[in-house]
Amino acid sequence: MQALLALEDGKVFRGQSFGASGERYGEVVFNTSMTGYQEILTDPSYRGQIIAMTYPLIGNYGINPEDVESFKPFAEGLVVKECCKRPSSWRSQKTLAAYLKENNLLGIEGVDTRSLTLHIREAGAMKAVLSTLDLDPKRLVQKAKNSRGLVGVDLVREVTKNEIYAWMRPKGKRHKVVVLDCGVKYNILRELLKNRCQAVVVPAHTGADAILKLKPDGLLLSNGPGDPTAISYVIETTRKLIGRLPIFGICLGHQVLGLALGGKTYKLKFGHHGANHPVKDLKTGKVYITVQNHGFCVDIDSLDHKEIEITHLNLNDQTLEGMRHKKLPIFSVQFHPEASSGPRDAGYLFAEFIKVMEKYA
Amino acid sequence: MPKRTDIKKILIIGSGPIVISQACEFDYSGTQACKALREEGFKVVLVNSNPATIMTDPEMADFTYIEPITPEVIEKIIAKERPDALIPTLGGQTGLNTTVKLVEQGILNKYKVRMIGASYEAIKKAEDRDYFKKSMLKIGLDLPKSLLAYNMGQAVKAVRKIGFPAIVRPGFTLGGTGGGIARNMAEFQRLADLGLQSSMNSEILVEESVVGWKEYELEVMRDKKDNVVIVCSIENLDPMGVHTGDSITVAPAQTLSDKEYQKMRDAAIAIIREIGVETGGSNVQFAVNPKTGRMVVIEMNPRVSRSSALASKATGFPIAKFAAKLAVGYTLDEIQNDITRETPASFEPAIDYCVVKLPRFTFEKFPEAKDILGISMKSVGETMAIGRTFKEALQKGLRGLEIGHAGLDNKLDYRKIPARKINQRLKEPNASRIFYLKYALQKGYSVEKISRLTRIDPWFIENIKEITDLENHLKNSYLKNHSLSKELLKRAKEYGFSDKQLAGLTCSDEISIRRQRKKNGLEAGFKLVDTCAAEFRASTPYYYSTYGEEDEARVSQKKKIMILGGGPNRIGQGIEFDYCCCHASFALKELGFETIMVNSNPETVSTDYDTSDKLYFEPLTFEDVMNIIDKEKPAGVIVQLGGQTPLNLARQLEEAGAPIIGTSVKSIDLAEDRGKFAKILKKLKIHQPENGSADSIKEAIQIAKKIGFPVLVRPSYVLGGRAMRIVYNEKSLVEFVKVAREVSPEHPILIDKFLEDAVEVDVDALSDGKTTVIGGIMEHIEEAGIHSGDSACVLPPHTLGDEIIDLIRRYTQALSKELKVKGLINIQFAVKGDEVYVLEVNPRASRTVPFVSKATGIPLAKIAAKVMAGKTLRELKVTREKQVRHISVKESVLPFSRFSGVDILLGPEMKSTGEVMGIDFSFGKAFYKSQLAANQGLPARGKILISVRNSDKRGMVFIAKKLADMGFELIATKGTYKSLASNNIKVQLVGKISEGDSRILKLIRQGELKLVVNTASGYSSHSDMRLIRSSAVRHGIPCITTIQGAQAAVNGIEAVAKGSLEIKAIQGYHA
Repeated sequence: MQALLALEDGKVFRGQSFGASGERYGEVVFNTSMTGYQEILTDPSYRGQIIAMTYPLIGNYGINPEDVESFKPFAEGLVVKECCKRPSSWRSQKTLAAYLKENNLLGIEGVDTRSLTLHIREAGAMKAVLSTLDLDPKRLVQKAKNSRGLVGVDLVREVTKNEIYAWMRPKGKRHKVVVLDCGVKYNILRELLKNRCQAVVVPAHTGADAILKLKPDGLLLSNGPGDPTAISYVIETTRKLIGRLPIFGICLGHQVLGLALGGKTYKLKFGHHGANHPVKDLKTGKVYITVQNHGFCVDIDSLDHKEIEITHLNLNDQTLEGMRHKKLPIFSVQFHPEASSGPRDAGYLFAEFIKVMEKYA
Repeated sequence: MPKRTDIKKILIIGSGPIVISQACEFDYSGTQACKALREEGFKVVLVNSNPATIMTDPEMADFTYIEPITPEVIEKIIAKERPDALIPTLGGQTGLNTTVKLVEQGILNKYKVRMIGASYEAIKKAEDRDYFKKSMLKIGLDLPKSLLAYNMGQAVKAVRKIGFPAIVRPGFTLGGTGGGIARNMAEFQRLADLGLQSSMNSEILVEESVVGWKEYELEVMRDKKDNVVIVCSIENLDPMGVHTGDSITVAPAQTLSDKEYQKMRDAAIAIIREIGVETGGSNVQFAVNPKTGRMVVIEMNPRVSRSSALASKATGFPIAKFAAKLAVGYTLDEIQNDITRETPASFEPAIDYCVVKLPRFTFEKFPEAKDILGISMKSVGETMAIGRTFKEALQKGLRGLEIGHAGLDNKLDYRKIPARKINQRLKEPNASRIFYLKYALQKGYSVEKISRLTRIDPWFIENIKEITDLENHLKNSYLKNHSLSKELLKRAKEYGFSDKQLAGLTCSDEISIRRQRKKNGLEAGFKLVDTCAAEFRASTPYYYSTYGEEDEARVSQKKKIMILGGGPNRIGQGIEFDYCCCHASFALKELGFETIMVNSNPETVSTDYDTSDKLYFEPLTFEDVMNIIDKEKPAGVIVQLGGQTPLNLARQLEEAGAPIIGTSVKSIDLAEDRGKFAKILKKLKIHQPENGSADSIKEAIQIAKKIGFPVLVRPSYVLGGRAMRIVYNEKSLVEFVKVAREVSPEHPILIDKFLEDAVEVDVDALSDGKTTVIGGIMEHIEEAGIHSGDSACVLPPHTLGDEIIDLIRRYTQALSKELKVKGLINIQFAVKGDEVYVLEVNPRASRTVPFVSKATGIPLAKIAAKVMAGKTLRELKVTREKQVRHISVKESVLPFSRFSGVDILLGPEMKSTGEVMGIDFSFGKAFYKSQLAANQGLPARGKILISVRNSDKRGMVFIAKKLADMGFELIATKGTYKSLASNNIKVQLVGKISEGDSRILKLIRQGELKLVVNTASGYSSHSDMRLIRSSAVRHGIPCITTIQGAQAAVNGIEAVAKGSLEIKAIQGYHA
């Protein structure tokens, strides 16, 4: 079946559909990871986005029940050069195509993904539509233009679970951590478990008092999709908890912290989506290869440097990757220390969080 | 962190001659390192015995020693140069092993030379099997079960514990020499014996077999702040059990999920830290059980390697260059990514294409050896192909191999291959398995069945099935419509089908398909290799072709010259030609041209993205080259520097409108065409051995009878003396003509009178059409009849008279003029008595160009390129032959130890893989050095076995006398004994092995025999001697098989006995 990917600036890519049929809108971004499509698809941060994988051969090892980052895929669609019809892995249970169909997700293959990437690199990430129903390029471009996009849109609402739940209880529990779920990846919860923390996951709209009532040792502000300025309620909650709890922010959580601490965020041209971003820890001078997935960024210059210390920088474009409050037990990173997919170089940050909680307690 | 200031002068050890498992990749890494270090202001001292390398060019290092790579010689170099530091990790296993010896002999300590990059301890930890195993267990990694043994008793005990099949791995060898898989006790004992002998410290590892498991490699880099990155992951199509050098490999890894990949990545990082490679690159190999996912560590190389060269070319991340910078103190984040120029080197390349590497074998050269693959490496070269999909890359790679396949084509008709044969070819890894995989699919085998038989991952087989399915579809569609639709043609091109392949499927020809394709607007597009999957702008134009996608090639308006490289290394065509291509690029840049390199060999310097202004990493076929010419429209295309590969394309390219520069295609043909060439010689009054060319066996017999036996028989249009033989009678003539016809069926067979006992001479010369200047005249040490590539030679000639040499000069001048040579010409002469015969004229760069350039200091290839671009020799101020006072000897290096059962006698078919150079002021010393460098060092004392044919007996007396006088104990076989004893030479008689006298074999085993001199007559040689020769080769005992070689050896031994061995930098010879 034919499928079309139309960008709001008029560029159209043709290909064959390999997932469900239908029409989906989103911002089209490219991801340079060579493995991890299953984790990427199920990462709630991709809500509102159509993902183009730059690696051309996707689906090679199929889909397995373990490598999921949430209970279902959240991306709006997947764009690849070639989708593998016959995966090979001892853990594989189905093909990527079958998985997309099951979850009513669109996939398009046969696309010159490198050309698409070059276009996005030059023109920026933009609104797009992926369709198997409407194959009229002009109409689709118009539809893309009319779609809501990411800016100013609260996507967290669409991915946060509307109930409190506890993750597995660790043996010899040390700490209780409330995870404010803006679209949390399971691996953050798995990492907390590994570090003997009891994670209690609360919906994004949970208020500060309700959180404090749970008597946590620390608060983790999770990753999540979209524009941080659109979730003022989360920023508000965070602001109230600053100084009352040790806080660790990851990705969107980091941006929320930035805003709550008086900083500003801005949209990057095409964001960081990949597993090879060098990040320098300014204290030790060491470089970590990190996995990243964000379209917005905290403006370094907007932060109050008397209060906030810059701890990590992206070596590709010198953007802010991590910060720490100089007096309060608060720190955050823009990248994903929980990895999954991607390198696990920065996993040490969970242990740091434990240290901070222990010191504060 | 800034660079170290406590170091000023750095010693780099190269890898020596090209041998199986150590090829151009170390020239690439060494050259990169030299450049990087000098850029940083360090003085570089380099030692490498291989003259055919770019790294030994006098401009590359401050002090270049083309000397044998032995601890004794290096100590002399250290004593003279007093370097502050040594980088041991750039010269392959040779560099590493030599460094270990330098440490153990206290030489580095004595002269206070520090090791940078990897410490002695780290090398030991990685290379010593037991130590490695303990280190891995310490960091919680899994390995195959294994036990060490130092003698046969221990080995047998070990294998009883491990069980069969078991792997035997000798410690401290390269390319897995002497290793193997044993399925039973008899096999095991043979392998264990071999392994104990070939190991440097007589150590073997008996290991649980993980044959059939998935095989992976990661290329890791670490800096001194402990930042670690993975440059590339590689997955082997051929599972465990086939040496990775012999495997088809793919980058990046295809069938690992992120979870498994990260586990492997973490393990690789933990390993480089635990082994303690402080800075630089390492290669870690893993095996994964395809059913359970159990991952075990196989080995780690604490140095740059063939795989790291591949990874560099596959990603655009220059591992060796960065390794050098890290060794002198930089950290990864302080080094810029050359390709993006705005991001740092502390990242992991993201690639958006698929890379396939295919090994190139030469089993046809060793008919006695089976083409079965195992854990000891057999391939002599490799090609790499880049495509957007595995299917495309695989097919590009298969045509890039230049083994007569236009892709995954149908050389054999699957219907004619019995299932039994297919099953066997699938089960037992071999050089043509990939094609049998296709035949099996055509026969209707399921992917599962093939995977079961081959243990190749179904993912690969499925992809091959998709190619096969499309091929069927193409065939059917053609049968139905008598043409292919544009849509289908496009699909086929996207799947990597070549025009030639499509022509074969549609009863058409390559040119028609090309026309049809262009009419449909189906042109190849070019994409960039940029390390970052297009995330950042790339400034380095490194391209590969693909179809149906956006074209990114940035074509400039500058005047451009394109250089066609030599493709994969093979016997007869290797690094020498790559050297010439690189030089052409350097020279033409000097003249202000934009240079474009086309090549498919990932090991080479020519495929380094900064050798030329543009690099197209493409197969060297008419179609692929023409696509680039269509795109770039160069002002000139150079075909005479890359060996036979580009030369074979010349006519077709010219017919398609390519501007070939240099000697014309017509002249090239003239030299190849026997009849026309004979006329020229007649006109110039130059002799050639009587000859003829035959199209049938009958004709061949007639010709042979007319000119008289012995005759030299060979097919035309081949390189390296492929299927060439000296034939002494009619019966062997008939047998051999059959073989020759198989090798080159469309061309006639050439028959020459064989000049017995003639001296062969090689000449390399430059010509601009008017002026001809001799580059060098080389006298072969072995007599005519031994392929010039296998023969040792000396420059200048040491036994020829001035009149003869003058005659050779005059002939060279006349021939160059007659053929209107523009560029290089190589002529082979035979001198018999006072007669000079022309054996062969090649109006192109020859294998000896780099040797001559190193010997004389004249960069022949550079000058040739400038001549081709329109300069005259006068303008270039090259008008006179350079006279040198020193003597240079080239010796070839042979791969016999790799092919068990193969006789080591030399003949007219070339068998050597590489060469070394010995340079000094006397022939004896230069020859001695060349032997030492070729790993067959001449002895100073001990026992020597002599067994020569009747015609050599008289000549041997004098040689044997000298050896006896110098204190050697001579042993001889019956006939030789008689002749020596009757001349009052002290000699012992040895009996035949078949008659129960196995003393010789024992002496070989015990290392008491130091040299074998054995000349054999014809092809039916003494079976005892054959056994002795092969046993000697296995034990690394030098074997001399010609009387001239023996004479030279005596000269060498004598020269060194009289005075000690001196060393001198090449810069000093030409000052």
